[in-house]
Amino acid sequence: MNKLTQNIRELSSNLLKNNKVDMVIGFKKGTIPMAVSPMAAHNIEQTKEFIWDSNCGINLANFISDKKEKIGIIAKGCDSRNIVTHITENKISRDKLHIIGVPCTGMIDKIKLQSNFNDDITDYSENGEDIIVKSGLIEKNLKKSDYLKSNCKTCMHRNPVIYDELAAELVQEQKIEDQFADVKKIESLSIEDKWNYFDNLLKDCIRCYACKNACPLCYCPSCFVNESNPQWVGKGQDKTDIKTFHFLRAYHCAGRCTDCGACVQACPMNINVRDFTRKLIKDSYEIYGWEAGLDITKRPLLDTFSLKDDDSFIK
Amino acid sequence: MKVIKINKKDWENGINQSKKEYQLFGPVKEKDNYIFKKLQLDEYPDMEHKDTLVSPKSILFPQTEKILQTNLDESIDDHHIMKQVKKDYSKRAVISIKPYDAKAIQILNLNFDTDEYKDPYWCEAYKATTFIGLAVNNPSVFDFSSSTNTGPFAEQGLDVLLIDCSKEYLAKVLTDKGQAFLDVAGFNQETDNKKAIEIINNMKKKAENAISSQISTQNLKDKNTLDLYEAPFWDDIAFSCINCGTCSFVCPTCWCFDIQDETKGNLSYRIRNWDTCMSPLFTLHASGHNPRGEKTMRVRQRFMHKLKYFLDKYDNGIMCVGCGRCVKLCPVNIDIRKVCNLMNSHEPDTDN
Ligand code: SF4
Ligand code: SF4
Ligand code: SF4
Ligand code: SF4
Repeated sequence: MNKLTQNIRELSSNLLKNNKVDMVIGFKKGTIPMAVSPMAAHNIEQTKEFIWDSNCGINLANFISDKKEKIGIIAKGCDSRNIVTHITENKISRDKLHIIGVPCTGMIDKIKLQSNFNDDITDYSENGEDIIVKSGLIEKNLKKSDYLKSNCKTCMHRNPVIYDELAAELVQEQKIEDQFADVKKIESLSIEDKWNYFDNLLKDCIRCYACKNACPLCYCPSCFVNESNPQWVGKGQDKTDIKTFHFLRAYHCAGRCTDCGACVQACPMNINVRDFTRKLIKDSYEIYGWEAGLDITKRPLLDTFSLKDDDSFIK
Repeated sequence: MKVIKINKKDWENGINQSKKEYQLFGPVKEKDNYIFKKLQLDEYPDMEHKDTLVSPKSILFPQTEKILQTNLDESIDDHHIMKQVKKDYSKRAVISIKPYDAKAIQILNLNFDTDEYKDPYWCEAYKATTFIGLAVNNPSVFDFSSSTNTGPFAEQGLDVLLIDCSKEYLAKVLTDKGQAFLDVAGFNQETDNKKAIEIINNMKKKAENAISSQISTQNLKDKNTLDLYEAPFWDDIAFSCINCGTCSFVCPTCWCFDIQDETKGNLSYRIRNWDTCMSPLFTLHASGHNPRGEKTMRVRQRFMHKLKYFLDKYDNGIMCVGCGRCVKLCPVNIDIRKVCNLMNSHEPDTDN
């Protein structure tokens, strides 16, 4: 068992023992290699199921919306930023939460990892920054840093931004040369190429909505895609309807998205829906100097205005 | 039963021949994923393919299908009268479908083609299709099909079963439809049947032994439905579920759909789209009431339907063929194998 797992179990069981919370939300080991499952521990016994490794990429802030109980939650950098967003958007109150922060060194892109093997991965383990992966045919020792999820590669907030206690020492934040290289690449395309790029990106979308449902921001009781009165968007596989869903969803995340990557991780069709939200993150940052989910005393970007705001786009 | 030998050298030629009479569907790699699609003239089924992310059920039951149409132009005589959309139901063949996916088509058939109701779109497409299966020599780690009434070499629902023996395919001819396809493709090299069957049986045993994952279903039938419905484990199972449609949409046996009307100009279509019991909208009544308003109810529905209601209604096994797609693709690792075993061993608490 790694040290982090041990600490998480200990801190959670203390919280429950001292009746500080009604449940602790964390991850348990999955039934297949590299899978983990969010779980709530209601008693000390259950905290023994908690684990932590580089597969815990799903965002746990998604599991606290509107909860009335007192909750302990294990939060890596991005989860903590979505917790901040939840607090400022009144989805949960700060005093209902006890946050166990987990400084993070990045999560694994399991599709990328699997693409290294000809047969299915049957076993995964890690030792610090090394990962040991076995398939039926071969065993490989790999560097975790080569297999990070793409959002983790450009993450500037590996340390939780809000917490009550920490499960490990804070880590060094990354120095990223060009945080938005991916966005700039798409921006530089001609209008026609851009269209084709997004056409191709969404070609396989089956509208399962795993992307939006894995997203802590998508908490509306009824998403616009589900509304029938009025009906904003068709529900079938029409290309325009699929694009409408993705464009609108992205805009609903403007100034709120923390680039946690849970959407991409959840997508069964391996679609990088972050191509949409990243552009909005870049604009929020470059135009307004805004990064989502850093400070519970600040109102969300699109909730406020300042006379100094750039208005050059109004013509 | 006849076995035909197909030299791999002749394979592409046979595929080209068959395209003259059949539309072919098969697995191809696009981006990094395998999908089933209609093969163009220069495309061939990928015979080495791993599981397609989405099952081939969409060939007979598309995710979005126009079923009725009308014209709203009142100057036309039959304006506003819904009529069946004319479709091409000429001969088609699905190549390289895995045995469990073929079995799944049989399960869908139980729903779409009954004595009482016949879904014309499904029935026509089904009638027009020849299923050329490919036995699975190396089952994936997610495959548990040997405990779901099918298996890597199962024949149910297939017209031909191909077995990949490195230099050649052995083709077990299972139906007249299958024979007709092989005739058109020009595959007719007879072989020593007894020997071929022996080879196939050995490979079958090997493949079955390679499946490491099993589920237990033997008690499900005798369990009391309400005991399972009220079992204490549903909240725990459902906690992590994000109520996406992944598990149903990738599943070869999920058959639920939604009906929508869409109009462009004067042309109006009635369309059916796949739907999923995991979505709150699935059961939302016009009154605003939702009988499955809570997440736990929806998660329970999915597993109860697959593993209990279906079994009780048709007495024909469970509504899961063990393809493992949902196990692999559920973003929060809700694993039907685990749920099935919990249900199979559930004893109600007799104290209360
Ligand atoms: S998760 Fe993927 S397939 Fe599902 S709706 Fe989102 S982008 Fe489409
Ligand atoms: S079980 Fe998994 S795949 Fe199915 S709806 Fe829930 S989260 Fe999505
Ligand atoms: S329930 Fe899961 S394993 Fe069973 S047939 Fe459907 S997708 Fe495959
Ligand atoms: S499991 Fe749900 S979506 Fe699938 S067939 Fe049953 S009710 Fe329909």
